[in-house]
Amino acid sequence: MRTLEQTTQEVLDLASKHFQVPAGSLAPEDDFFKKLGIDSLQTLEMLSRLENHFGIELPDYEVQGVSDFKTLAERIQSRL
Amino acid sequence: MKSFTGKTLRWEWREGIIELTLDREPANEIGLAMLGELEKFVSAFGKLVPETSVCIISSARKQGFSAGADLRELYHTAALLSKARRLSGVRNFLKRIHAVMNAIDAAPFVTIAAVHGVCFGGGFELALACDIIVADKMARFAFPELRLGLIPGFGGIPRLKRDLGNAFVRELLLTGRSVNAARAQAVGLVAQLAAEGEAMRIAQATAAQIVKFDAVARAAAKKFIKPVPRAELRREVDLFCKLFTRPAVMAALKKFVEDFGPMPYLP
Repeated sequence: MRTLEQTTQEVLDLASKHFQVPAGSLAPEDDFFKKLGIDSLQTLEMLSRLENHFGIELPDYEVQGVSDFKTLAERIQSRL
Repeated sequence: MKSFTGKTLRWEWREGIIELTLDREPANEIGLAMLGELEKFVSAFGKLVPETSVCIISSARKQGFSAGADLRELYHTAALLSKARRLSGVRNFLKRIHAVMNAIDAAPFVTIAAVHGVCFGGGFELALACDIIVADKMARFAFPELRLGLIPGFGGIPRLKRDLGNAFVRELLLTGRSVNAARAQAVGLVAQLAAEGEAMRIAQATAAQIVKFDAVARAAAKKFIKPVPRAELRREVDLFCKLFTRPAVMAALKKFVEDFGPMPYLP
């Protein structure tokens, strides 16, 4: 079973790879909308990738009001 | 008309298969322009049907199959009209889009929706009018209409109920959430799952199989197994129109249209 730290790192790695930002340039507290420059459609894309990667379902209302990677990882962790 | 290139879509017939490609910036929002060209497509059925076994509907837009109704056009048009004219305008649009969806639903040839990315609202309803949905693993399906104080108005609820268990329909409708392609396949909505970017190829392979079969038997089988739920579709339109007259709907549309932040497609 993953720890929250592992989950957070995997989220950062996935976002970095998919949105082509340098590995290590993303931090858990970063606002992913601002840091990645993404809109809501791209966020849904990221949601799909996260669901596929972690083998979970993450209803979009679970990410309502969530804008940082750490909180996103917490939402994911609660479904592992 | 075996081929057509319009402002929002194009189609090409080749060896018994029509490929209808939606291509309207940014995400194939279904407004008056696309409705008009879909009507053109449906009006060509008379000439196309005798030589067509399959129609594949797909999208050329990176964002996905279709983000649904053109809410910006709906809001800006409705905002200029009196309440009465707003309602008659909406009812007229719904009458036209239902005629298109019903024609696609009941077409004697097999229809396949090849879906990637967002397949929301009216876009989801177009996919549901098809016989088979092939989705790549990045596809997402949603009925977000409740977020606007509405219900799906292009025939989505009766068609989804026709195909799947009521429990899944309720979850989608009442939470407004999107589901990924894997979940959609698990509940039976998506027939085949494709790798990212491969939905069209798999739809074409499926089409190549379908063209082998006798056209009369195929059309009869489809008509038998897929009745169009006309009475319920009419009730859906009536309920949509009743909800649309409420001030909360225009307020929700305004909020969506004026939201230039990253969140409009999220609940």
